[in-house]
Amino acid sequence: MAVTATSPAGARPVPPVRAGRRVRLPAWLGVTPFLAYVAIFLLLPTGILVVDAFRTPSGALNLSSPKLLFSSTVRSYFIGSFELCLISSVVGAVFGAILAYAIASGNPNGAMRQLYIAASGVLAQFGGVTLAFAFVVTIGPVGLLLHASWFYTFPWGISVIYAYFQIPLMVLVFLPAMDGLKIQWREASESLGCSAWQYWRYIGGPLLAPAFFGAALLLFANALSAFATIVAWENQIAYIVPQQIYLAINSEVGLSNLNVADVLALGMIIMVAIVMTGYALLQRRAARWLR
Amino acid sequence: MAAVTSLGETPLTAPAKRPRGLQARRRRRLNLFRYVVFTIFGLFFLLPLLAVLRFSLEGNTLGTWTLSAWKQIVSYQGLLSAVEITLELAVLTSVTTLVLLVPTMIWIRLRVQWFSRPFEFLCLLPLTIPAIALVVGLAPVYNKIRHFELSALMLFWIYVILALPYAYRALSAGLNAIDVKTLSEAARSLGASWLRVVVQVIAPNMWQAILNALLLSAALALGEFTIAYTLLYTNLQVELYSISRNTPNASVIFSTSLAALVFTFALLLIISIVGRRRRRTG
Amino acid sequence: MEGLSRHYGPVVALDGLDLTVQAGELVALLGPSGCGKTTTLRLLAGLEDADAGQITVGGNDVTRLPASKRDMGMVFQAYSLFPHMTVRQNVAFGLRLRRVSSAGRDKRAIEMLELVGLSAQADRYPHQISGGQQQRVALARALAIEPQVLLLDEPLSALDAKVRAQLRDQIRRIQLEVGITTLFVTHDQEEALAIADRVGVMQDGRLEQLAPPTQVYSRPATPFVAEFVGLSNRLAGTVSGSTVTVRGRDLPLVDPTTPPGPAIALVRPEAVTLASESTGEAGPLTGTVIASTFLGAASRVTVDLGDITILAQLSTADAMEHPAGSRVALTIRPDPVLVSADKPAEGESE
Repeated sequence: MAVTATSPAGARPVPPVRAGRRVRLPAWLGVTPFLAYVAIFLLLPTGILVVDAFRTPSGALNLSSPKLLFSSTVRSYFIGSFELCLISSVVGAVFGAILAYAIASGNPNGAMRQLYIAASGVLAQFGGVTLAFAFVVTIGPVGLLLHASWFYTFPWGISVIYAYFQIPLMVLVFLPAMDGLKIQWREASESLGCSAWQYWRYIGGPLLAPAFFGAALLLFANALSAFATIVAWENQIAYIVPQQIYLAINSEVGLSNLNVADVLALGMIIMVAIVMTGYALLQRRAARWLR
Repeated sequence: MAAVTSLGETPLTAPAKRPRGLQARRRRRLNLFRYVVFTIFGLFFLLPLLAVLRFSLEGNTLGTWTLSAWKQIVSYQGLLSAVEITLELAVLTSVTTLVLLVPTMIWIRLRVQWFSRPFEFLCLLPLTIPAIALVVGLAPVYNKIRHFELSALMLFWIYVILALPYAYRALSAGLNAIDVKTLSEAARSLGASWLRVVVQVIAPNMWQAILNALLLSAALALGEFTIAYTLLYTNLQVELYSISRNTPNASVIFSTSLAALVFTFALLLIISIVGRRRRRTG
Repeated sequence: MEGLSRHYGPVVALDGLDLTVQAGELVALLGPSGCGKTTTLRLLAGLEDADAGQITVGGNDVTRLPASKRDMGMVFQAYSLFPHMTVRQNVAFGLRLRRVSSAGRDKRAIEMLELVGLSAQADRYPHQISGGQQQRVALARALAIEPQVLLLDEPLSALDAKVRAQLRDQIRRIQLEVGITTLFVTHDQEEALAIADRVGVMQDGRLEQLAPPTQVYSRPATPFVAEFVGLSNRLAGTVSGSTVTVRGRDLPLVDPTTPPGPAIALVRPEAVTLASESTGEAGPLTGTVIASTFLGAASRVTVDLGDITILAQLSTADAMEHPAGSRVALTIRPDPVLVSADKPAEGESE
């Protein structure tokens, strides 16, 4: 919204002001490209599948399809998914927090810190085919380390494998909170007579708790959607929902199973929605204290 | 009230050098803990990678060593084109993510602060919405696209969404470190257009965060499997997977995976090291 | 504290410091950044270890004790309030650690908050109150545990100028009311001179002078103190015997053992007086008034003597008689002066 000055005669010609009123564009228009993109590629597909979950193949409304969610086989998939996610997120959260503490309590410019943060950035993406390969050669039949069939077990063994990308993700998400713990709080509490244990109990712990649980929730949701690893690891055995969805989409039976896929996807999204609401609430607290 | 004093007291012994005090002891204990943690986690993360390395160097008979797996990265049937496509996807994804996020985030900080909380929520959403669920909603769209015989490159539209959480965090950290408001106001008062402000004033001051976001998005594209697989496209990971189904333990899959991993890791590390040096002299 | 030393690798932060604070006294440690004043405070608090030396409180040797057992209250520069607790809970925290009953804690917390004038804010959170109020809460929290010593680490540095002045006086008032032995660290000489019973000026890990504020100001013990506290004119001159000759005048030296030769004398602006220049001739102490800075009851006048400028401080009434542009003759009162550690540059002479 520049101010145009009239130019004296003979000066460089100024482009004419558009005829009509100068329109004051509202500021929020600036975020429309982003919103449009997200709407098309994130919200729209989500919307489509929510709607389709309630339709029959021919397009008629069928409100009873969600009942599928409660059939025993589907339930077992969801429970399976749930178990795996729970365990791997707890493991990831606890160990990730320990690692984050080790990183945060060191030299801010130190080599270890940079190494581990870069590693976390890469490994958090590492779930999937490559991960499965890596574990096969480490502990699989021709494995380098040992042939531990325990790692094939569901859900505990696989949780350890999931930890491989859950822990780095935890570090990425939780480290800022750890960094946000100001030294002054530690010193002030010490001068008031706090022992180390008391500090963590009354100050460090409560301050970090929202961020910790928020990050754990994020880990949970992340595990929920991890699909590739399972596929490459043990592909014929369908323990979890994502696999079912895959089968449903690509099976020979065709479109009729698309609704099954929709419903299953809907179920997953509901789980995620609950998780994310919890996360958002926790984040509000954490952000205020530790920023 | 007591006085802080030592008047009238003869020092018992000459104030000898008291060796390590309490703070030093505490620091040593902390460092011990840290190094134990780093070692354990380091081993946990390194061992599988080392196994992959070992397998990638293995010859046809056990016990021999060969670099053929690494050379095969470019020569193995079908692999090269998958690598190419994926690299192109990586570039497309990272550039689009940046172009989408950087101006938007700057704008939000300057003019639409109330939107920053919902914005953060939207950006973090892809972390939790299962890619597989997304695919269900996208499948009809992509079926239509397939009609037009467009290549796997069309995947980049979704990859951008998937990259949002990581790019957002990286860029957000970079923006927090500089005073966006003052910089842009100064530039505007000197007559710069918004484009200039973003490209020539703000972006250079957060080059590290931008590079980070770029790399994280690229890493995502390099590692993505689910969506490509479900939509029946071929990218690097899908190709690796199908190789492994057809020729189990073909060593080229190990060398390629490791190459991608190490490459991304090295780049991330270089950025942070260069950034640190800059900060020290800056 | 006796013989305290602390070094970080090759850098010596404290070099054999000896400091004794009397009961109920407020000692201010003053100095530029890096002089060791904060290190001294932190050593006293137990947040850092001494490499050598001894610390005694009330007759007890506390050098080996950890910070949590030292019974001292500390106020930091900023950010020290616990954000997840209300003001009341913050103040009561120390008591909670000492297992005081809930009722007792509450009573004491309210008492302390009334002392600092913030009982109305008892149930607010730190982010809901201003910086000055936060520091007052920090003070209440430190005093709640009835410590033997109160330590303040530049508590006013992060605040606005106006708040700073108000809070400074309030801290002093509270300190006198409670009668607690206090160590106050600052880089702002105005603060130190205003509230301390004694001021300790530090440089490079050593205590240059420890004396009441008036003495530090008017009888600086070393050139550093003379230049750091208050203003000094640096005048080139020559030392011979026990006087230094500056621009034709002989001034007695504080330290008669100063080696003879060229030197820079440090003259306070208050020692310089102005008179109208009667004759038209220029002398070493005649010049033109360039500017006059109004300070209230006094004014500081800048006079250009041709080759250098000198600051003079006189009552505003007198200063107004010599506006900018008028010619004046200066007299230097023969107070004993210090000579700077630096030598005059080549070519500078009287």
